[in-house]
Amino acid sequence: MAPTLLTGNVAAAWGARLARVDYIPAFPITPQTEIIETLGGWLDGGDMEGRMVTLESEHSMLTAAGAAAATGVRVFSATSSQGLLHAMEMIYTVAGWRAPFVLVNVSRGLSAPITLEADHNDVLAARDSGFLQIHCADCQEVVDGVLMAYRLAEDPAVRLPVMVNLDGFYLSFTREPVTLPDPAAANEFLPPFDPGMIRFAASAPESQAVAVLGGSPYSYFRYETHLAAQHAVTVYSGIAAEFRARFGRDRGVVETYRCDDAEVVFYMIGSFATKAREAVDRLRDAGQRVGLLRPRLLRPYPADIIADALQGVQGVAVIDQNLSVGQGGILHTELCAALYGRPQAPAVLASFIGGLGGREITPEEFYQMAAVTREAVATGKTPPPRLLYTEDELREIRKLQSIALVERDETSPTRERQQQTGGGDEA
Amino acid sequence: MSDIIKRMKDLPSTHLLGTGTPMCSGCGALEALHQIYDVLGEKTVFVNAAGCMTLLSVYPFTPFRGSWLYTAMASAPAGAQGVRDALDILLQQGRLPSADDLQVVVLTGDGSAYGMGMSATSGALDRDLDFIYICYDNEGYGNTGQQYSSATPHGAATATSRGSRGYPGYKKDLFSIWAAHRPSYVATVIGSEPLDLAKKIEKARDMKGPRMIIALSPCPTGWDYDPGDSVEIGKLAVKTGVWPLKEYVDGQVVHTRIPRERPPVADYLRRQGRFSHLFQAGQEPSLVDDIQQRVDDYWNEVV
Repeated sequence: MAPTLLTGNVAAAWGARLARVDYIPAFPITPQTEIIETLGGWLDGGDMEGRMVTLESEHSMLTAAGAAAATGVRVFSATSSQGLLHAMEMIYTVAGWRAPFVLVNVSRGLSAPITLEADHNDVLAARDSGFLQIHCADCQEVVDGVLMAYRLAEDPAVRLPVMVNLDGFYLSFTREPVTLPDPAAANEFLPPFDPGMIRFAASAPESQAVAVLGGSPYSYFRYETHLAAQHAVTVYSGIAAEFRARFGRDRGVVETYRCDDAEVVFYMIGSFATKAREAVDRLRDAGQRVGLLRPRLLRPYPADIIADALQGVQGVAVIDQNLSVGQGGILHTELCAALYGRPQAPAVLASFIGGLGGREITPEEFYQMAAVTREAVATGKTPPPRLLYTEDELREIRKLQSIALVERDETSPTRERQQQTGGGDEA
Repeated sequence: MSDIIKRMKDLPSTHLLGTGTPMCSGCGALEALHQIYDVLGEKTVFVNAAGCMTLLSVYPFTPFRGSWLYTAMASAPAGAQGVRDALDILLQQGRLPSADDLQVVVLTGDGSAYGMGMSATSGALDRDLDFIYICYDNEGYGNTGQQYSSATPHGAATATSRGSRGYPGYKKDLFSIWAAHRPSYVATVIGSEPLDLAKKIEKARDMKGPRMIIALSPCPTGWDYDPGDSVEIGKLAVKTGVWPLKEYVDGQVVHTRIPRERPPVADYLRRQGRFSHLFQAGQEPSLVDDIQQRVDDYWNEVV
């Protein structure tokens, strides 16, 4: 099939359509809304079988999604940012139900301040929930990722919900050439959902999601979920191999780009990794041995595969588009935990925070991050974590503040009077 | 359905809900649920929200012969939406024989129904969801030790309203809020009036769309009385007019029991420790009079 120009949102909708989903509980939120609008249009036009219901909140949407999957149908849903957080109780809950379905998250920074553009604090807030996570770097990966996510979620040895993440605006509203899998091939790749014993039917009464009393049964179920999630690394690898054989695209657990013989490697997730790829090419042109390592599968955390990919690498520039306030970058923390104590681990894991709320990461910043990491390797001293922000940006903020202050003082006579009488800030 | 319940002897003789649950002795909610389950039968899936009844199904046991899904405090009606829609999809696709279809029943306490779950309930009513909602109303957050909720009656002492005048608010009129959505059916019931309860549950069972039931549930631990008094207190709630038995159907509210000779509400209140402070000296103006006046006003409008 020839490539066609699709936004990431429409690619996600195509993933659901090619997966022949039965049920779509929905709730609008920017920048995800185009996904449910697209699916709604197809359902209304008869292009697609299935049923969509708009709930009154994401919390209810996730409840309905989990409940329908637990009843035995194939479920798709989508959200973003505040919606994901509003649903967070149910994100944990339906993962505990072992309800297999796919939730697309269109990453967007979290309030406050309220904003619309992408970073990964939303999806990473769900990292401990039991949802598996596939992170996409381009629109092609979105449609491929949704199809693969159903295989992973429904695998009898896994049976967990899967989140497929794409970055708001950078992918959600950006048209890229996408090759849609042929529907017949998609059907072969993804057979109909077999719920097995986990369903509701009058002739087979089932109690699902019952309470436990005490730590022992609680631990039993939590450990079972954890072990199933860990097993999903192997299952995913098998699915990726089959996907590659059938569709010709590499969708392995991690993307390694020019990592062979690399001294320094960028480590990051999501669409900004394509900027890192470009920076790697420029740095290679300049004679530097630099590569990129990008996990597609972030939950389960593929520690061994990441460690293998970094064997022989001396320094890693970990770029976090998230901020664990008071701690730092989440990917950095997890990479440190995964590599600590491994004899062949890189000596330097440098931490960079950037790209919050859709802020650009420029080529120059990639070069600078590579240089800082190389310098750290040379001196043997890991640099302190850096928060990417330029003097120009700070100057622009100061300008805006100055303008606002002047406008306030010039146009607000009340304020002026209060200042003259010393009433100022308390008023 | 052919088996119309008209008299006490028409009530089901089989008891479907298992025994040995961890509910408190004399639990008025369990009393009502036993009777409701006998009418609804085992071809049901109960979708539960956080509350006392969550402890009915504790791994690996359940008193239900049919199915069960625990959700969360705020979203049991949304869980019912997912189950109902999935069942309909499976039926439509021929993947589920019609004999395997289930009645979807939401089971929550007043904490969920009157408060946290109200948005999800309103949404389910907007969508005309085909389900039954059972609210067991023990007038407070009972499972956590009876703190006041928006179902708590005026003047009641709770774990969070221990002052001399009890809970300052008034019990929310959930019946009217639900009825304002114009669902298929809304009814109040109580376990101590089994015939009235069974007639209403039977009626609800055989309808489609949203069918909403509020069961006042005398609560020995939360209301502070001897567990053996649950039935009598329940009967007094009806006789004194504190708990009107009524139903909403086809846009009309009909009272199924109009107490012509209402004993004073004090007869009901005195039996419960949660109201004992109302009868101590120095309660001026009298909260008992205030409560009586509100009950009188209600019935003066009805009859």
